[in-house]
Parts: sequence; structure tokens; C-alpha cells
Amino acid sequence: MDKVKLATVWLAGCSGCHMSFLDLDEWLFEVAKFADIVYSPVGSDLKDYPEDVDVCLVEGAVANEENLELIYTVRERTKLLISFGDCAVTANVPAMRNMLGSTEPVLKRCYLELGDETSQLPHEPGIVPELLDRVRPVHELVSVDLFIPGCPPSAPRIQAAIEPLLKGEKPVMEGREMLKFG
Amino acid sequence: MSVVTLKINDIDVAVEAGTTLLDAAKEAGVRIPTLCHLDGVSDVGACRLCLVQIEGIPKLLPACVTEATEGMNVTTETPELQEYRRMVVEMLFAEGNHVCAVCVANEHCELQDVAIEVGMDHTRFTYRFPEREVDISHPQFGIDHNRCILCTRCVRVCDEIEGAHVWDVSGRGPAAKVITGLNQPWGDVDACTACGKCVDACPTGSIFRKGTTVAEIDRDRGKLDFLVTAREEKKWTR
Repeated sequence: MDKVKLATVWLAGCSGCHMSFLDLDEWLFEVAKFADIVYSPVGSDLKDYPEDVDVCLVEGAVANEENLELIYTVRERTKLLISFGDCAVTANVPAMRNMLGSTEPVLKRCYLELGDETSQLPHEPGIVPELLDRVRPVHELVSVDLFIPGCPPSAPRIQAAIEPLLKGEKPVMEGREMLKFG
Repeated sequence: MSVVTLKINDIDVAVEAGTTLLDAAKEAGVRIPTLCHLDGVSDVGACRLCLVQIEGIPKLLPACVTEATEGMNVTTETPELQEYRRMVVEMLFAEGNHVCAVCVANEHCELQDVAIEVGMDHTRFTYRFPEREVDISHPQFGIDHNRCILCTRCVRVCDEIEGAHVWDVSGRGPAAKVITGLNQPWGDVDACTACGKCVDACPTGSIFRKGTTVAEIDRDRGKLDFLVTAREEKKWTR
């Protein structure tokens, strides 16, 4: 059997889900037996998302233009897209700025009120991605094939979810161990 | 005392006349998920999680406010009921601002528990992200309206057990919210005895003791039921 082409991407999140993925420890050797990591902030050095990916774990909500562009690319080039962790599934903490109505109060607070004497709003079109007005969970923008909630999902939960996938089976997402948010 | 007999999920059960279907189901060992129900206070049928199907009745009825009657044939788990229950929970998550990861009630939350029970892995409804307030004017307690699901348990414990009726509901639809006093800051309400029963009653992290942080909430739900039993049956031990 050909190895599964596995990718992980990091949108608006704290990277905690990726840390939890690394927490799989020695089971990562098992992953390596069944899968090639073709794109990942913690497992490869490629800058462009490749074609024909089998499985992709998406950490984080969609909060800026770069996240948005990447998630569309990921959906187009991936067979099985997984919302990985609460930020991807619910938009979670990054979306707490949505209650403020727009990006302005957040940018002002962070870059002007809390800045030093040369404080200014970041504005470099094409280099610094602009924030979207509203932070959204992944499934509001593209279709998602599997949801792994958790902040972060524990290593055992990640293993229970992806172990069947590496063998071409669908995991059973039921019960506290697999579904609890937070 | 007259007795009625009925069937719940094909299990024969006999209960005292006037018993609710929710209690009758408990008697039969059948679990029906609930959120607004709280042992010790009256039921209002607000959350719709306990909807059940009754043979011969075209609409679904909430078990907590429906009386068991002779010969009833009740079903509590059908694909339709399971789907509606999951939708109810998904709508609750999309309606307010529920961020489990940073909530005082994480790991001790009935909304979180019921989401697991109905098998919710995400919500299919678009999140509203409403702008809601936090009131920490009370010296001991706080209320975060972002986490409120309008179950009205706080309203009922304060009225029915403490007898203070500090809490009530104002507004309709998306503007509905629980209020203290005459929609005053909680700390300004003289009627509040600071008994903390609303804290014990709240199913989520909406009403909390000040000083508790993420996942630290510690409630005593049994106290409310104990107080009622103590008063009504003169049993003063737990």
C-alpha cells in the first residue's frame, strides 16, 4: 500500500494542537511507517502546500487573508480535511474579537494604546496579511470531513482519530474522550 | 393515591398520578437529557432537550412538564428526537459566546456534558457572536451573560427556595437576558441575600463566585434538592 500523504496546517491558533500532535511521542514512528509528512509547520520545511494530499489536519480559525487563501488551497488539494482542535471547529479564543464588532478596536488596543512611542498600525499590503472583519471556524468556509474538538485535543484523542485513517478506515467520534470541547 | 401505568421505551412503569414523564422515565431507568430541569424547583420546559414522542399525539412534548397518564406509550430515543436534541445544543452554542477553553465551568459544565451526550462535534449553525455584558458589581459573585443559555434556573431557585426573587428575565428573542432587581447592577440589589443558590443552580459558567478561574468552578447542586426535601419532608440530613 502506498503511504498516506499527510499534511498539517496552522491558521489562527496558538500552536497548542501541533504541540499536542508532537506529544504523540514514540507513536510518531508509527505515523511515519504509514504516512509521509508532505507539509507541516512542525514536520517539513516546504513553503507551498503540495498537490494530491490525502489527509490534512487544520489547526486554527480563519482570521486573516493568508489563512483564507491557504484554507481554500488546502480544500482544493486535499481528499480528507480535518478541523483539528477547538479554534478550527468553533473559532474559539481567536473569535473573541468578533464580539467587538470589527478589527479596529483590537488593532488600536494592541498597536496604538499598548505600543511604544513609535506605535503605528501594521500596513504592508502583500507582506503582512490584513485581518478579516470576522474570525470564522473552518467549516463556515470550506467543507470539512472530520472534526476533532479539544483545546487542545489530547495526544490519545489525536491517535484514536488518525490511527484508523492511516489504515483507510473512519474513526468513531463519540463520548467524552473524543468529543469534549475545551 | 392513585397510580397510572404506562410504557416508556417498551418498559412498563407504574407511577403516582401527577408524576411528570421525566420522573416516570427516571423510575423506569431511562435517561432523558435535560438542561433547564433542576431537582428541587419547578419545571418550565425551556430548553426542549427532553422532548419525547407519545403515541397518538402528533407533536413532540417536553417530558419535564408533561404528566404521565394511564396507558401512555412513550418513546424517548428516535432518530428524529436525537437529531432535534443535537440541533438544540448546536443552536445554544451558536447563540451565545461559549468558549470552553477559557471558562470557569470547563470540565464542570452541563452544556458541555450534554454536547457530548448528543454527539455534537461541531455546530452547523452560524455563530452569532452577540455583544453581551459581564456584571461583577456584586461583592461575592459575577454573571457573564456570554455564557447564559436562559434556562432560568437562577430565577427559579431564588424565587422558590430562597424566596428573594432577585432574578428575572427581560426582553424577547435575541434581546432576552436574565436580570437582577429591576435590571440594576447585581451589587445594587438590596433583596439579594448573597446566599449563592444561583451559583449552585447555574448549568454553565455564567454565574460564578469571584476569584474562580478557568475550570475551577465548584458547585453544590445537591444542596438545593436537600433544602427542599428538608422543608417538605423534615429530613435534615444529607
